[in-house]
Parts: sequence; structure tokens; C-alpha cells
Amino acid sequence: MLYAILCYNDEAVTTSWTQEEDDAVMAKLQVVHDQLYADKLLGPSIRLMPTTTATTLRKSQDLVLDGPFAETKEQLLGFYIIDVANLEAALQVARDLGKANPGGAYELRPINIYQPGIEIK
Amino acid sequence: MSDPAWIDAALTSARPQAVGALLRYFRDLDTAEEAFQDACLRALKNWPVNGPPRDPAAWLIMVGRNSGIDAARRRSKQQALPSEDAISDLDDVEAPLAERLDGADYRDDILRLLFICCHPDLPAVQQVAVALRIVCGLSVAQIARAFLVGESAMEQRITRAKARIGQAKVAFETPGPAERAERLAAVAAVVYLIFNEGYSSTGEEADRKAPFAEEAIRLARLLLRLFPAEPEIMGLTALMLLQHARAPARFAPCGELILLEDQDRTLWNRALIAEGLALLDKALRHAAPGPYQVQAAIAALHDRAPRAQDTDWREIDALYATLERMTPSPVVTLNRAVAVSKVAGPQAALDMIAPLAQPLGGYFYFYGAKGGFLMQLGRGREAYEAFDRAIALAGTAAEAAHIRLHLDRLAKDAEASAR
Repeated sequence: MLYAILCYNDEAVTTSWTQEEDDAVMAKLQVVHDQLYADKLLGPSIRLMPTTTATTLRKSQDLVLDGPFAETKEQLLGFYIIDVANLEAALQVARDLGKANPGGAYELRPINIYQPGIEIK
Repeated sequence: MSDPAWIDAALTSARPQAVGALLRYFRDLDTAEEAFQDACLRALKNWPVNGPPRDPAAWLIMVGRNSGIDAARRRSKQQALPSEDAISDLDDVEAPLAERLDGADYRDDILRLLFICCHPDLPAVQQVAVALRIVCGLSVAQIARAFLVGESAMEQRITRAKARIGQAKVAFETPGPAERAERLAAVAAVVYLIFNEGYSSTGEEADRKAPFAEEAIRLARLLLRLFPAEPEIMGLTALMLLQHARAPARFAPCGELILLEDQDRTLWNRALIAEGLALLDKALRHAAPGPYQVQAAIAALHDRAPRAQDTDWREIDALYATLERMTPSPVVTLNRAVAVSKVAGPQAALDMIAPLAQPLGGYFYFYGAKGGFLMQLGRGREAYEAFDRAIALAGTAAEAAHIRLHLDRLAKDAEASAR
């Protein structure tokens, strides 16, 4: 079963981290990532730039708006694609990631269609 | 979830919004700051036990407001404090308050809080100090260390600045569009001032002021979240990101300044550059150019060049010409002359800066650049004189050391040709 783990957190907090704090979180996460690769559970993972860089296209009127689609207290900051047996296993992965990177929430969403597309370097 | 580092980060990032709202409520900076301080103390006690609230800023505003009111009552009637239980149960009030805060109100709160630091009577350095203390929450000790003054002297300076601010009539009603735009422009200027205070320092001073650049970027991102469609705020944020990205390559291990063309570009922070370029790209779509966007575009051209010799100086020259039209100043012309020297040669650059000798007669960089152009033209004696003037005007040891390198090279060349 393919799941997307959508990562939500308060971006005002995460962008306030110093470079050292950010590096420390990424290093802790990398340990979890490496284990997930070894267990053949983790596909692509993506960290998004802050929502200040976002642009939204309202399709019906072709209206281009600055900023993210939804103004929320916590923002979508990235996502993982994982390949697991069931929801319980997906939750376990999310818990492992959460221990390395506390704060905010993960939303687990089963994936309907997955197309890897072109190879991106 | 409730580890101390997280709580600390949450308090820091909630600060501008919370102090801004408390200032609107109490209309007095000291009261607002004290109330916020008190709310933070309660958060440190309460959050590890009950878990952090969903909206830390709303929680702090609510608690700060109660505590400020209590303090006022105590002062007027010497009444007893309400018990801790009476204010610790905040779950019910938090939700509606958070909803109200999502409105436009708090945008103006933060803008007002930053705006009061831009008081025209305050010298630039004091604007920076006050903004760092009030808006960013840096301690007086931290700021004092950065400015190389004693803690009590800095405390006094900030107190005096705050007294001045207190006398000024700051409008507390919701500003109209024109006034909001005016405030935003003034606030952008003070944010860039904070950045430059950190960025333009060298040597040991650079270490002490290193957090300034990061604080300025944090404020700019905050402004951008509040005003997501302002191209100049995008430009300002992009400009600072694109410059700050080079920070890891700007100093030699001994603290000596390394010029852009000599920097190890593999040390540049690619993530910050990518973010800056994305913001600049967004800004340009608005087709409403301004000085911050133009300066960001110049920084982007430097950041995009894989090697110094790949720099698109022709485009940089054109951008400086645009900047000269927008904000005419001898310093902009001096910067343009560097681009001109690369495109049209040192003589053209020297001609360009000739009229600047009067307005920039006391400016270190003027004589540094002049000496550089003369050196390229092989006019060693005149170059030597210009560098000599530059050293006399150098503001820091690192600046002087840098010019001394040129002088040493001139001396060696002279020796070689004499032999």
C-alpha cells in the first residue's frame, strides 16, 4: 500500500531555527530515513520552501495569487512517499519520523495513482 | 513535543504578534512588554504540563492581557492576586480568540510594533537596537555585546529611545491603505538596516552581530506572510537571502574579509539562493520594479555565476543604471563604476567616479575603488596615494588589512620594475 505522509508544522517556528538547529533535525531524520531505505519502505521525499515562495493559480478565472492555497495555522512543509503493508505500518513510520522531528502533525493519505515521471536529479 | 527548545522557538516566533496585540490593547510599550514577559513565564510553567496550545500567540495574548490588567489593578488598589487556577484554564477562550486573530487585525499590530521603532528622531543604530530588543526579543546583554557597549549603557539607550517613542503619537486605529503602505516602506527600511548592521561588520564584530542577519530575514519572512502580494517585500527578502547565502564564504579563518571574486563558491548556501531566486521570480511577475528588487536582481547575478569570471557584468551595469534612476546616490554610482570597470575598462570607471570625490571624500570604499582602478591602469604612485587615504578612513581592522594587501603588492611591483 502506498501512502503519502504529509508534513505539517508551524512555519514561523521552523524558519526560526538556526542553521545549527536545522542541521541537527535533518541529521536525526537522516538516521530514520536510512533505516527506512534499508527496510525498503521509503520512496521519494520532498521538503518544500516556505509558503512565502508559493503562488496559487485559481483555475476557473486563471487568477494568479501570491501565497499558499490555504491560510492555515500549520503549513504543508513537505511529504514522504512510503510503501507499507497497512495503515498500522504507515503510522509506525510516521511515529519514527516524529520522534526525530517533533512539533506539528503528519497526515497519512493513501495514494491512488503513483507515476514516477521523468528521472529528476 | 513540549521540549524546551520547541517552547523557546514558539515563544520567539509568537513574540511580534503577541507584543503587537498587547501594545494595541494597553497602548503602552512597557506595559505590553511586561505583560508578554509574564505570559512567557506562565507558558514555561504551563506548557510542559498541559502540552503546548494549538495557537501559542493567542494563548500568550490572552494570558498577557489578564496579567497586565491584574498588574494595573494591583497598582491601583493593592488588591490580592487572583489564584493561579482562575487563569490557568484557558481552553474555552482560546478558540474564539484564535479565530479573531486570524483576521486582518494582527497584521496591523505587527506592522505598528515595527513601525514605532522607525521613529525619525532615533538615529539608525538606535532604531536597530530598539527593534532587536522589542520586536525580536534579543536580550539587552546580547545587543550591548554586539555594539561593544556596557550592558547598563545599552539599557539606558534603549530606555531613552523608548521614552521618545512613548511621546510620539502612534495611531492605534486601523491604518488606511496609504498609511499602511507608508508604514510598510519604513519598516522594510529598518529591517534592511538590521540586516546590514550584521552583514557589513567584519572580524570579531561579525561574530557578535551574526544573529542580526538571521533576525532580519525572519522579520522579512514574517512581513511577507502578512503582505504576500507586495513585490518590494519579496525583493527585500530575496535580497537578504541572496546576500546571506554567501556568509559561509565571506571570511577567512583568521577573520579577514574575502572579496566576492575570491570566495569559494562551493561554500555558498544553495538552499537560501534557491529561495531568493524563487522570490525574485515571483516579484518580477508583478512588473512593479523597486530598489529592493533591483538590488536582489544584482545579487542574483552574482549568485548565479559558477565562477567570478562568469559574472554577467553588462547586466549588472544595466541594473545599477536602473537603481541610479530610482534612488540617485553617489554610493550607487560608485558601485556601478565597479561593473563599468569590468565592461568598459578601468579608465571609464575612473571617469565615472571623478565627480564623486567631493560627496564621498570621507568614504573608505571610494578610495579603495579608486586605488583599484588606478592600479589596473598601471598608475602605481596615484594608486598608492588612494590606498593610503583608504587606510586612514578604514572603519575596521579587517578593512585596513585588506587595503594593506594591495599596498604590499604595489610595493613588490615597484621593486620588481626598479630591478
